[in-house]
Amino acid sequence: MARTARRSWLDRVPVVHQLRQSVGLQRGMLIAGLVLTGIFLLTALLAPVLAPYGFADLRDENGLFGAHQRPSAAHPLGTTVGGFDVLSRVIFGARTAVLVIVIAVVASLFLGVLLGLVSGYLGGWLDRVLVVVADAIYAFPSLLLAIVVSIAVSGGQSDMWSGVVSAAIAITVVFVPQYFRVIRAETIRIKAEAYVESAKVLGTSTARIMFRHVLRNATRSLPLIFTLNASEAILTLAGLGFLGFGIEQSSGAEWGFDLNRSLSDVTSGIWWTSIFPGTAIVLVVLGLTLVGESLNDLADPRLRGRRAAGAAAGVPEEVAA
Amino acid sequence: MSEVVDIQDLAITFATDGGDVRAVRGVDLRVAPGEVLAIVGESGSGKTVTARSILRLLPETATTSGAILLRNNTDTDTADVLTLGKGALRAVRGRDAAMVFQEPSTALNPVYPVGWQIAEGLRAHRHIDRKRAHAEAIEVMRRVGIPDPEHRVDHYPHQFSGGQKQRIVIAMALVLDPRLIIADEPTTALDVTVQAEILDLLRTCRDEFGSAILLITHNMGVVADLADRVAVMYEGEIVEQADVRTLFGAPQHPYTRRLLEAVPRIGSGRLRDRVRMPAEVAEAVEELREEFAGDEHRVGQPVVEARGLVVRYPGRFRRPGFTAVDGVDLVIRPGEMLGLVGESGSGKTTIGRAIAGLTPVTDGSLRVLGVEMLGVRERRFRPVRKRIGFVFQDPATSFNPLLTIAQCVAEPLIVHGVAGDAREARGRVDELLEAVQLTSSYGDRFPHELSGGQRQRASLARALALDPELLIADEPTSALDVSVQAKVLDLFALLQAELKFACLFISHDLAVVDLLADRIAVLHHGRLAEEGRAEQVLADPRDPYTQRLLASLPVPDPAEQAARREAWRTLTAATPVS
Repeated sequence: MARTARRSWLDRVPVVHQLRQSVGLQRGMLIAGLVLTGIFLLTALLAPVLAPYGFADLRDENGLFGAHQRPSAAHPLGTTVGGFDVLSRVIFGARTAVLVIVIAVVASLFLGVLLGLVSGYLGGWLDRVLVVVADAIYAFPSLLLAIVVSIAVSGGQSDMWSGVVSAAIAITVVFVPQYFRVIRAETIRIKAEAYVESAKVLGTSTARIMFRHVLRNATRSLPLIFTLNASEAILTLAGLGFLGFGIEQSSGAEWGFDLNRSLSDVTSGIWWTSIFPGTAIVLVVLGLTLVGESLNDLADPRLRGRRAAGAAAGVPEEVAA
Repeated sequence: MSEVVDIQDLAITFATDGGDVRAVRGVDLRVAPGEVLAIVGESGSGKTVTARSILRLLPETATTSGAILLRNNTDTDTADVLTLGKGALRAVRGRDAAMVFQEPSTALNPVYPVGWQIAEGLRAHRHIDRKRAHAEAIEVMRRVGIPDPEHRVDHYPHQFSGGQKQRIVIAMALVLDPRLIIADEPTTALDVTVQAEILDLLRTCRDEFGSAILLITHNMGVVADLADRVAVMYEGEIVEQADVRTLFGAPQHPYTRRLLEAVPRIGSGRLRDRVRMPAEVAEAVEELREEFAGDEHRVGQPVVEARGLVVRYPGRFRRPGFTAVDGVDLVIRPGEMLGLVGESGSGKTTIGRAIAGLTPVTDGSLRVLGVEMLGVRERRFRPVRKRIGFVFQDPATSFNPLLTIAQCVAEPLIVHGVAGDAREARGRVDELLEAVQLTSSYGDRFPHELSGGQRQRASLARALALDPELLIADEPTSALDVSVQAKVLDLFALLQAELKFACLFISHDLAVVDLLADRIAVLHHGRLAEEGRAEQVLADPRDPYTQRLLASLPVPDPAEQAARREAWRTLTAATPVS
């Protein structure tokens, strides 16, 4: 064995461990995803530093920006129909996106995991009811559901926080069934494992079995759904904004809403108001999806690529069993 | 006549997450026509990989070197399997060498009739019309001893018993008349009475079909029964190769000797009368015994008392339930070890689970430490749980993979309030680990960092943590290699003699039970076939089923096994298989 049985602490950090484990194309995909995601997060964090203007600024010391300005030195990505700076809005849009993703995914994570655990472990009528509810939510077109929830939560208001929270809750409602399903399935599998039975014959209380023995073993696939859901959350947020259920341009920057406003520009040859927010959405979703998919492949030993064994110096075996 | 297969300097390396693993190193093997060569060794010794490489059935991560010269079935040519192209390799597979897998129920495709699956091999190698293929399938099924083959050829795998399924898998191998049959643990998944029949069939394959057999097994009894020549593998190398009688009579290599000594034999006397306590263990056990304070519960009322015990699993969709245990009477007295023996499906595990409160009792009466289990509520039974220890069959899955061994062993202490947390319990945990011959440094490791035997010893430590009056051990050694099994059994005998807990020892292996048990109960289809003192049941069985069970058990001695085989034949002829 080349490596010793004990792994260093660095290897235990989820994504770092997978990065070290990966080879070839899988490694390339993972690194590309991580780089895109990293840029996205940094942009969100450093938005006030990076952006030349505020997201709602219409003027600087030289006066009004003017509407539909072509990209220039003063406005690298041009200005919108309303006279906002496109670059600043794209950068601040990352901030809104991160906020929504964090709130939505964390809320659905806690709710979904808890419900899945209880439902899977206890079973019985509670399980049946929860499964029916989850299935019913699945039956709705997710964007329609998100719109309904968004209207109900924000009450038609569209300032920054109510916009973010309503979008996040809308996304949560759509995602809870996913976490619920995954954790429930894992819980039902783990419930039959010998170490849960051995805890049972010791007389361990149900709550202790659920949280100490089942929960920690059931969460292995979560980082994966987490990243995939994050990208879906961005799409849902953009979709909501695009349909006009987002945040007013003066109270927050949001890519989907900006796209909505640039609809009429496209036909009149003004490309810069739609291309840049659109590209931002594509790149972030691509980055998160690449991370999620690579984690998925690496978690499965059958999909994971390995370096060919070199020591025996023979012909690599191309025939699978 | 030259060899059927000639393996020269074979080396196989696997690429794994933990670096390269050299699974096979410089193996030379020859199998002569009509010969049965057994490769024996423990798990991880490379025996299966060696055998599979003959058909190049290796995963993508494997790299091979050396040569495997395989003679074709018309005896005209040999080919080096390792250098064959894909098309040529496909022609060789099944025609020149065929494979019999370990688990017959997964080797057969459940959605096709067995006749179709047998004919599949014929279709792969020659153009044959449906009628001919059907006829040949019937013919080969008849030859492997499936009754009424004309009718059963259209049946599906689930309509056959485990032994019959293995016969069909063998038929699939035989239908192309290969010169070599590779049998990878062909009887491991089968009950001992069925195993005897399959071994008999394999012998017929050799005698009537003239096939050479490469037998891979860890069971020395099977080797003694079937093999002509034996190759012993250890850590990827062949350490000894000899004629079967020579090997069993005068093993040369120390590993072979250790292996043979570790095999449990019936009638070798009880372990607790033989094994001596190592000094460092004696100390730890002594400390534990002092802490456990008093042996007053070691006498008096029976620990377990079953009267007409019935356990029925509910059926689905209004079908009748399955009665796993049907009217069993059992008593386990304090400090006594009862061996519960039976084949798969006999209900022995169900009885263990019912006593531990994992499976509800349907009818009759089962008193465990004074609590009636029929209709018992968890609230009532929970205080009793700390007086019961349970050792599970598979040590790999009975530990929470995210907790260290010390945390796992401390669980019972924490749950029952003896200790507040794992750190507080550590002193007792270390003593327990020492009592099962693990140094306390093992406590900081995770379950996957221990070997199977170490894990099972840690499992025993956990079961003993609260000084149980009753220990239920469900096949505790059947997932272990034979030499590891011997160590765990020694430990079992030692600790039982010292700590004097009552024990229900569940096993399918009569020889293992013989080493430990005071009394033996034999289960057959959920009913008690025979029950009595161990010496009496094994030396003079009264029940015909026990007799058959004993006769089917192959002993690791070729000469004695040949005699036993004859006895088994007369016995099965007298009492046909039900």
